[in-house]
Amino acid sequence: MSLTTHLHRATPDTSEIRPRAIFLFDPLLALAAIGLVVFSVVTLRSAFGSSFSDRQAAYAVVGTVLAVVLARIDYTRVREYRYGLYAVLIASNIAVFAFAPPTLGAQRRIPFPFIQVQPSELAKVLLVVTLAAFAVDRARRLHERQTTGRIMLLALAPALLVIAQPDLGTALTFVAISVTLLFFAGTSWKQLTALAALFVTATVMVLVVAPSLGVHVLKPYQVQRLTGFLHPSANPRSQTYQINQSIIAIGSGQKTGTGVANATQTTLGYLPEPQTDFIFAVVGEGYGFAGAALVLLLYALLIWRALRILTMAKNLYGALIAAGILGMLMFQVFVNVGMTIGIMPITGVPLPLMSYGGSSVLVTFIALGLLQSIHIQARIAAAGKGRALLS
Amino acid sequence: MIQPQLPDDRRPPLTPQLALRVTLIGGFALTMFAIVLFRLWFLQVLSGNQYVAQAKQNRTRKVLVAAPRGEIVDRNGAVLVRSRQATAVQIVPTQLPVPVKDPTIADLRSPPAADRALYARLAGVLGISTATQKCKVIGYKQVHGKSFKVIHRLRLPLIACDVAQAVYGLPYADATVATDVKQDVLFYLKERHAAFPGVGEPQVYLTSYPGSTLAAQVLGTVGPVTKAELGQSQFRGLPQSSVVGQTGLEYYYDRYLRGVDGAEQVEVDSVGNPIRVLPQKPAIAGNTLKTSLDLGLQKIGQASLAQSISGNTPGGAGGAFVAMDPQNGQIYAMGSLPSYDPNIFTKPISQSVYNGLISATSGDPLNNRAVDGLYPTGSTFKPITATAALESGVWSLSDTYDDTGQYCFTQGGLCLHNAGNVANGSLDLVSAIKVSDDVFFYNLGAKLNVDPQTHPLGGPLQQWARLFGIGRSTGIDLPYEASGNLPDPKWRAAISRVEVQYEKKHHTGCCTIAYPGPWTVGDNVNLAVGQGDVLVTPLQLAVAYSAIANGGTIVRPHIGLQVENNIGDKALQKIDPPAAGHININPAYLDAIRTGLRQAASAPGGTSASVMGSFPMPVYGKTGTAQHVGQNDQAWYVCFVPATATSKPITVVVTVEKGGFGAVAAAPVARQILSQWFTSKPGPYLAGTSKTL
Repeated sequence: MSLTTHLHRATPDTSEIRPRAIFLFDPLLALAAIGLVVFSVVTLRSAFGSSFSDRQAAYAVVGTVLAVVLARIDYTRVREYRYGLYAVLIASNIAVFAFAPPTLGAQRRIPFPFIQVQPSELAKVLLVVTLAAFAVDRARRLHERQTTGRIMLLALAPALLVIAQPDLGTALTFVAISVTLLFFAGTSWKQLTALAALFVTATVMVLVVAPSLGVHVLKPYQVQRLTGFLHPSANPRSQTYQINQSIIAIGSGQKTGTGVANATQTTLGYLPEPQTDFIFAVVGEGYGFAGAALVLLLYALLIWRALRILTMAKNLYGALIAAGILGMLMFQVFVNVGMTIGIMPITGVPLPLMSYGGSSVLVTFIALGLLQSIHIQARIAAAGKGRALLS
Repeated sequence: MIQPQLPDDRRPPLTPQLALRVTLIGGFALTMFAIVLFRLWFLQVLSGNQYVAQAKQNRTRKVLVAAPRGEIVDRNGAVLVRSRQATAVQIVPTQLPVPVKDPTIADLRSPPAADRALYARLAGVLGISTATQKCKVIGYKQVHGKSFKVIHRLRLPLIACDVAQAVYGLPYADATVATDVKQDVLFYLKERHAAFPGVGEPQVYLTSYPGSTLAAQVLGTVGPVTKAELGQSQFRGLPQSSVVGQTGLEYYYDRYLRGVDGAEQVEVDSVGNPIRVLPQKPAIAGNTLKTSLDLGLQKIGQASLAQSISGNTPGGAGGAFVAMDPQNGQIYAMGSLPSYDPNIFTKPISQSVYNGLISATSGDPLNNRAVDGLYPTGSTFKPITATAALESGVWSLSDTYDDTGQYCFTQGGLCLHNAGNVANGSLDLVSAIKVSDDVFFYNLGAKLNVDPQTHPLGGPLQQWARLFGIGRSTGIDLPYEASGNLPDPKWRAAISRVEVQYEKKHHTGCCTIAYPGPWTVGDNVNLAVGQGDVLVTPLQLAVAYSAIANGGTIVRPHIGLQVENNIGDKALQKIDPPAAGHININPAYLDAIRTGLRQAASAPGGTSASVMGSFPMPVYGKTGTAQHVGQNDQAWYVCFVPATATSKPITVVVTVEKGGFGAVAAAPVARQILSQWFTSKPGPYLAGTSKTL
């Protein structure tokens, strides 16, 4: 339809203005990203010491470099490598089972010298660029049921691999990415409704029907985590312990916070996984409503800019990449923050740029670099078009 | 579709569909942010106070801080009992994997498997045996409003037994399973709180007895408060895990020594490791009890008594001594052998060790024979008989009696003899005391006898013995003091009834008296020389002789001198109980009796002259040898150096069970005590030679 034709245009030659292209980046997006990562480093430093903050800062620096490099190249060229990238995506998540040492009952990270790589994190951004590419391949048949089905199947394959690691949160992120991508690709409401119905059915099957038949698709702790937020005070010592401790932490921050040094919930170990999944609770306790609202404001800025970049993209591929990244960011932010304040189930979804962890930070920066690339290319295209119109 | 092109933002126009979807997603994001912000506002601003309180509750535990007990010191300030800080491992039964709370005895007999596993692991760490052994659990049962002790004999491993004994009837009591735990073991446990739920490592105060067996029974022990004690007024309102005095001075002066437990808020991390202590209510240390005891005298007394006992026939290990100020009743030294080391009670001890301490074969080391040992007095009773005879007029100082070696009753023809069947010839009262002539006093006993029908409480002999405090507890500041027995017609009638009934039922004699029947002159004759059914404590004799020394004042013996603050620089309360009474004895009579006692200890032929004759101070002393049916005689020696002769008067009583003659076994101990008292040196152990009763 018009959406497709609007986005699928020939790319003008931009080579003559490339040296200055980097200055066409989106400053608000960059501001939001830098603001969040600085906030993360400061919080980690005062709550857990420099061993965490220094590494997080290093990840952020490397991530920024990666983002700058990505921003300078035309993302459109990534499309050519879609098969290779999808193969990497699948292979790396299979390799986990062979190489990753089990930690806390899970196999997620592959150890390399100096760094552990978490393929399921990298998979997010790989999935975005490959799904978008596959969607563009079928640009003229985007409304067909078959297209929707294929895209979902392509997303489902890595999702199942990640569930087996087991990392339910990331698998759900894949679903969010693919659905958002389809949503902006123009998939009909009928098909979207069907997808939603399918998802609800699958959830009911996994959580209710299958266990009653003796088939446990999810591990019991996963089920408890997913449903625990519905009845938070049922057993304060077990499944909902994390939610309760997180809510106490955030609540005790009050308006302006206790200061991270006096944040007893965080520093005395009541809060589970305070550096990673529950970093927002650390912010809430240490910096209060003011700090939490500031962080949310930065995320709002980030999401607004992603949405904006989606609309300005020079072609369908850029728009769909932006859509996938938007879905990824929104899902992670709302699920993570919602989890810490007790309105979402517990899933191990990191808070982008805030949660401590190299893979997550780097992948988010890669995603932001792609967004900047889309922005820069759109500005270049617009400038070229403007020149063309003027000339 | 023409849209205005802005010069600075030349983006392509949006399709309506994309615009709609962007709007929808943007709206969705806005809604989510709004929900999150409202939730945050609710949590942080509206209910923030509540979560601040929860966070505080999360990280703080209220912990009872044990107060150190006060010290007990001797009259010169030397420490007899101190409170020392120690590490302990305790089990909090309500925090066990399966909490133990108000259990029945059946619950305790078979602890839950999870708790049992914890006990076994803890035992492994502490090196405690896991074998099942005897475990006595004492509880209390209410029947018709009265509390009865119920003893349950279980078989449990040691730690389970400790828990059972602690919680039975006292659901909030903690069980101490080990004290003085090594640091590395302590660290091991502290680092693994999650693996040892309900196991705590508090700092506790343990009483420590630097003198070990010295005055052990006098000083007493401490232990966890029992349910029965919580019902007593002096312990009412204490926490169930309190440690209180159980015996001796620790019990009697518990309210001063105990101190007040404090409380602390301890900030803990998520697994319960203490991070920071926020003091709330400081513990108040107990006060110091200054006693009248003299550590040096106590040492010499026990050592000397032990030497005397070592010469005993096998099986005789018991003995006691008292050294007291005859003017005011301050106890200088008080010992009872065999003794024990009370330090063992500061650690959890096994049932078998405890049983060993209370068994008859070990000589009942927990008993303080000086105040709860009951014995016939032997000849040490004679000054009392003399006082009664003189005061009642049946005898005068100028009267003499011809001792032919035997005293024969006017009826029945039974005759009694002196020890060794000696005959001392014509004697006045002074000489009779000096040589401890039995026949002389048999005669007085007979003369002092009255008609049992008209005088159920006896005649002058009983009357004067009562005045001297015989058969009545002295009121010393120690628990479990015995009162003894002064035979009189009324008592005789009552005990005969018991005896007759017993014989009817069991066809064998009871153990109380040799033969049933009404009071006879023989009873009075026996009493006159301190044999037969009269029973006194060594302390009672010390009080009676002190009255002779001080001119008739019946002092109230006491060990506590004053309560001082815990640093010992300020007296808070003097302990100076008033005398129990005063008896008026004609000074001339008193003088004569003293002369007899002085001659007995110094003049040739005096019963203890061979022991005391060479002593540089004027000693007034009387030997005694109490006869027990079927066993060796018991040695007695009672003496004093009065205030008229010295600035530091002293009364000494020594008794040695199965020691034989008083001059041989008891007097040498008294001499060493006197020597230590006056010269700070025990001097030689001089065994006497007189073989008189």
